[in-house]
Amino acid sequence: MSTAKAAAGANKSATDASEQYLTFMLAGEEYGVDILRVQEIKGWDKVTRLPHTPDYVLGVINLRGALVPILDLRRRFGLEAITFGPTTVVIVVRAVERTVGMVVDAVSEVYNVDPAATQPPPDVCGSVDTVFVKALATVDDKMLILLDVDRLIDNSISDQPSPGVVAA
Amino acid sequence: MTLDLEMAEIAKVFFQESREGLDAMESGLLSLDSSADVENINTIFRAAHSIKGGSATFGFAEVAAFTHGVETLLDEMRNGVRPVTAGAIQTLLQSCDCLREMLAATEAEQPLDQGRIASLNSEINQILGESPVEAAPAVAAPASASAASSAAQGTRVNQGPAGPCGWRIIFEPVADLLRLRNEPTRMFAELARLGQMTVRADISRLPPLDAMDPESCYVGWDIELTGEIPRQALADVFDWVDARCRLELIPLGAAPVETVESAEPLVPAPPSDAATVHAAAPGAAANAHPQKSGADAGSIRVATEKLDNIINLVGELLITQSMLCGFAEGIDPSELDLLRQGLSQLARNTRELQESVMRIRMLPISFAFNRFPRLVHDLSRKLGKKVEIKLTGEGTELDKTVLEKITDPLVHLVRNALDHGLETSEQRLAAGKREAGTLELGAFHEGGNIIIEVRDDGAGLNKAKILRKARERGLVPPDQELTDEQIDNLIFMPGFSTAEQISDVSGRGVGMDVVRRNINDLGGHVQIFSKEGQGSTIRIRLPLTLAILDGQLVRVGKEVYIISLLAIVETIQISRERLNTLPGQAEVFRLRDDFLPVVKLCDQFCIEPDSRNAADGLLVVVEADGRRAGVLVDDLLAQQQVVIKSLESNFKPVSGIAGATILGDGTVALIIDVPDLIRSAAERREGAMTAHAA
Repeated sequence: MSTAKAAAGANKSATDASEQYLTFMLAGEEYGVDILRVQEIKGWDKVTRLPHTPDYVLGVINLRGALVPILDLRRRFGLEAITFGPTTVVIVVRAVERTVGMVVDAVSEVYNVDPAATQPPPDVCGSVDTVFVKALATVDDKMLILLDVDRLIDNSISDQPSPGVVAA
Repeated sequence: MTLDLEMAEIAKVFFQESREGLDAMESGLLSLDSSADVENINTIFRAAHSIKGGSATFGFAEVAAFTHGVETLLDEMRNGVRPVTAGAIQTLLQSCDCLREMLAATEAEQPLDQGRIASLNSEINQILGESPVEAAPAVAAPASASAASSAAQGTRVNQGPAGPCGWRIIFEPVADLLRLRNEPTRMFAELARLGQMTVRADISRLPPLDAMDPESCYVGWDIELTGEIPRQALADVFDWVDARCRLELIPLGAAPVETVESAEPLVPAPPSDAATVHAAAPGAAANAHPQKSGADAGSIRVATEKLDNIINLVGELLITQSMLCGFAEGIDPSELDLLRQGLSQLARNTRELQESVMRIRMLPISFAFNRFPRLVHDLSRKLGKKVEIKLTGEGTELDKTVLEKITDPLVHLVRNALDHGLETSEQRLAAGKREAGTLELGAFHEGGNIIIEVRDDGAGLNKAKILRKARERGLVPPDQELTDEQIDNLIFMPGFSTAEQISDVSGRGVGMDVVRRNINDLGGHVQIFSKEGQGSTIRIRLPLTLAILDGQLVRVGKEVYIISLLAIVETIQISRERLNTLPGQAEVFRLRDDFLPVVKLCDQFCIEPDSRNAADGLLVVVEADGRRAGVLVDDLLAQQQVVIKSLESNFKPVSGIAGATILGDGTVALIIDVPDLIRSAAERREGAMTAHAA
């Protein structure tokens, strides 16, 4: 198995070990989520606000009869909030037996990432709280921040947060 | 004996039916006084017999053996050989409990409580031994039977000089064998496990093809089974077979006579177990059909999950329909009258469909009530009080979930009524009442609610004592005057128990507030009415279902919320001069003689209202837990039935919000948790009130 980091993305044919990631843009950085976790991508629409919730919980939407909370990922990561534009989308993911929607700036690509070509995040990782970062990967000479979506389910969202996670 | 998968499925049904059988036995036993109504004993006997037959079929030897003793006792009672005494009934009731535990343990594959089984067994044997008439065989029967079936083959074979080395079984079933839910192939599979088997089918009765009824059984069998097999094992296999079938068990080889004789006293219940039987009395034949008696009144078992699915779908349908209705509003009405007509029809259909689907979930409250005769019977013995229980409105239906959750609070209330409410016989006689106290459980529908009442004609609440206790514990300020009703309802306060002595029946002081909380969690409401010396009535009001709510849509700014119509008392236009602001920013509204705390939804939920001036809005007066509050909203919108969706499936509970629903336009509207809202309003008001009074 190749250890060359740069080769992983250019080679789009999936090897057995490679994982597919859906990437999206958030404040100029490209993030990836495991594509198997992605349920759907939908345009930004009005939400129903929930009282007594943190500011990054925008509210809930009706997703074919199910109530799905919508998180503003910029605010969740402590990034500067922006007005939602035409490219703003909601990525609906499954995490810890829950379905949540993440509002991101725009969707980008689907990449194959060889797990062997990823690195754990360094201790200081720019503007993103490193607790959400599973790993860093390099694809096409770009850095991808691979997110651990389970980490989004903390005690501000769930009664039973994923083990070891508390609200930031 | 290991159960394969298919058998495990059937075993599940057996457990369920056995539990129902035990319930039937129990209620039969409770209504059985010394007058020994034969029909009643028959019912009890049938239930016991079904459990015995079933457990033997599934190889639960210990259950079968134990039930056998019970059955023997019942059989003798039925035949008038044994008198029906209170002691015997008590033993039988305890046997029911024991059987219930045995079945539960067997189902969970856990060890049985041998000590209890043995002690009850010996009790039963003792009763059986008391009879002078048939002492010898009666004692021998259960003892050897339990030995025989629990230790199974070994003991029995050793008992006799030599077991037969095989059996010839002639089995000619009646035509409707299959319709009676007997499965010959399974019997053969069972037999094949016992030994080497050769089967010859007798097709002489087979009619020509065009005259054949596919559901009838025309085939007879001649089976040869070799191996050392006790007769009992064979009898067990054919236990459930109709007595009208021809069944001959002919031993092959050694000592046939000996075996038949030693087997005979083992099986005093004649039809199904006996060796060579042609048509017995029709009544006896019915005994051999456990499944028949289990399937009552054309009911079906449906997995709750499947139902919930349908209910969700119907909810969706309702949403679509209201979306279409909203759409039709905007179209030129002159041309689209037909569309409107169609839509109104759709509206009616969906509503009806929904109602009928919801009705599947509805169960009569007798499911909860039925346990009480037993409970009251046991408790009144324990407390040494004479109590009669009366049940009314057992057919009143309510949602299964509500039913399950209301049972525990009801048990608590009944225990309380027996322990604290009803007096002892001496006290009652001294007070000029009938010796036996009456406990009445009633249920009826009122509007969209079900009302359940627990009424006793006991001593009633001691108001002075309650008030004193409440003051002692600081639950009521010393100078505050309370109405009688308010005093009575103090017993629902947390940490309140007037029982001087803590008994194991009630009085741990954690009771009534838990009862009230459980009922409130179900969206219900509990009240007590009591007259000293005459008794108390506890009235529980519950919604019929948890899945649907009659809601009032209200608007605050751009947001739409739903308030349950059940919680709304009235809605009023606010007049300036009746609105007062207390220090600490708390506002109160004077409604007739009451001061209502005003809850501003805009502040509670941090939203921007049309106007911050309270006089521009409407005040929705809501009530929960006997407390009222005025909720300030900008506008009232439609009233409609909404399907409640849980926020918790993808999120966590939000304070002040009971759930959410999806409106006709597909948007989500939050349902306001009225009790929670009032609670938080009261907390703030209390602070302000003290400041105001000072």
